[in-house]
Amino acid sequence: MPESQTVREALNKKGTYGKDLDLEHYDVEANEAVKVDDLESSDYKKYMENVGIVADEMERSGTLMFIDNKPSHCSPRVQEGLEVMSTQEALKKYDGLKDYFWKAMDPTKDKYTAKTYLEDGDGYFVRVKSGYHIKYPLQTCMLLNTNRSTQNLHNIVIVEDNASLEMITGCSTAHHANDALHVGVSEIYIGDNSNLSFSMIHSWGKQTGVRPRTSTMVGKNSSYTNNYIILNPVGSLQSFPAATLGDDSSASYNTMCIAHESSDIDTGGMVNLNGKRSRAEIMSRSISMGGRMCARGRLIGNAPEAKGHLECRSIILKDGGVTLAVPELEAHIADVEMTHEAAVGKIARDQIEYIMSRGLSEDDAVSMIVKGFLSGGSINGLPPELQKELDEAIAQANLGD
Amino acid sequence: MTDMLKIVDLHVEAGGREILKGVNLTVREGESCVLFGPNGSGKSTLLASIMGYSTMSVTKGRIYFKGTDITDLPVDERAKMGIGMMMQRPPNILGVKLGDLIKVSSENGEQVLQEAHEFRMEKFLDREINVGFSGGEIKRSELLQLTAQKPSFILLDEPESGVDLQSIDLIGRKVHDLLFDHAQGEERHVSSLVITHTGQIMDYISADCGYIMRNGVIVASGDPMKILNDIRENGYGEE
Repeated sequence: MPESQTVREALNKKGTYGKDLDLEHYDVEANEAVKVDDLESSDYKKYMENVGIVADEMERSGTLMFIDNKPSHCSPRVQEGLEVMSTQEALKKYDGLKDYFWKAMDPTKDKYTAKTYLEDGDGYFVRVKSGYHIKYPLQTCMLLNTNRSTQNLHNIVIVEDNASLEMITGCSTAHHANDALHVGVSEIYIGDNSNLSFSMIHSWGKQTGVRPRTSTMVGKNSSYTNNYIILNPVGSLQSFPAATLGDDSSASYNTMCIAHESSDIDTGGMVNLNGKRSRAEIMSRSISMGGRMCARGRLIGNAPEAKGHLECRSIILKDGGVTLAVPELEAHIADVEMTHEAAVGKIARDQIEYIMSRGLSEDDAVSMIVKGFLSGGSINGLPPELQKELDEAIAQANLGD
Repeated sequence: MTDMLKIVDLHVEAGGREILKGVNLTVREGESCVLFGPNGSGKSTLLASIMGYSTMSVTKGRIYFKGTDITDLPVDERAKMGIGMMMQRPPNILGVKLGDLIKVSSENGEQVLQEAHEFRMEKFLDREINVGFSGGEIKRSELLQLTAQKPSFILLDEPESGVDLQSIDLIGRKVHDLLFDHAQGEERHVSSLVITHTGQIMDYISADCGYIMRNGVIVASGDPMKILNDIRENGYGEE
């Protein structure tokens, strides 16, 4: 673990990408615990459901909820082989989580990780024991509830060998906490012959600052899927999650964004193809409604027979913003195969008119194409509530303008 | 028989060039007309202009459909009035599933989906529209969509091109079904304008009249079989 002094110095280190946020701006403490016993009758239900979290927990393996910086709800419906608790509890139970705590993420990476380190942020700890395949998705929910505060979380997910898990993580802002900052460090560890599917759905406020930092270590012959969806306005969001793959493992990053007017989104994914025959696919589909949208993808080929493809596609529906696609391929040896494609622009007129020729109005045709474009980014297995949310968000976005 | 489509002195530009240079053509209710002509003569431009595609810019002349001037109407309004088109090279629509378009484009869309196997398209309903479709698959997909749409006037742009013999029979039969509305007996009241080079589709549509287009104008009309035989023997004549 680095010296606190070194990390303190990193508090002045700007993030590599995205606007530099002034941490001092968020000067309100938000450390009071808000307990939520029954999710169904909770005041927060609507925020949860907006981000794919099911209040009745049907077909879910459990729920862990954080409001601001404290755990609010930890579902008892945990099944054998699955452990869910707060990170602080896990640190006590597992003697400081020596193999996992700040092992995948460098706390001096930038000011946001440094802050989490120095404030010893709590978060969720999830562990799937070796040999267990968890049937239903586990859901976690992070809610910003105090204006001008920082939510500063440190999450740890461990899927041991020969195990699998699906997670749905919903993050949201209460209306009265629009101008707040979410910082979340997530360290994810996947063993050998294991799978993790990690879907994040975000719905923030128009001024909210969002700086998640996620790093995933994948063992041998395993797979990791990372879905990221943000359809509502946000202030400034920047994240560039990274995965490092072992032999014969694969990673898939799928991003689906709408950059509304005044939203500033900079996101994507990066994969270190460190294992022999490791494979990665990074897909980004975004719509600019007049906001700033930067879609990044980076593949780094370090091992023989590694393969990867990245695709950044963006449709611009309204002028006034900026759309930037940054696909990067970096190879350190000859025996790798990496490709990319990027496309930015309006919807082709012939596509709109083709659909109109079947009797649909222009607005309906555009909406259908945009919806298909977004959901066609191979984001599979979305919960039905989320699909509904996606449909509504697209319907409300005045996409026919 | 009343006029279904009447085109008067139509001039159309595409890509900054005048392609149609004064086309006059009439298709009556229940009539099937065949349009012949060498490559580049303006046949596809004419069909796309009738459908209303915005790449086609009408500079002069009018298009009347069922007595209404549709020259300035958008594509969807023409479709709602009963015009349906099978394109030769329709665009790929990434992310939009064929079945979803059929479902929303017509009241009987759901029912037509049940009949997809008759078009050998049942495995394509969950596929993105036209993405990776072969020549024959595109034609069958277009026909399935038209069957849901139930147009009263059908534009077919080379329905048999790029299609194997077995598929031609299937396509021909389905085109025949579209033209002869069985609910109304054998009497045909759906009209069509069909571009063909080989004439194979004529075995299925009982063509009533033929037109030859050359260099952006209609240069001859008459019995479609006679015209086809004449083209086979003598070509399209002088350029």
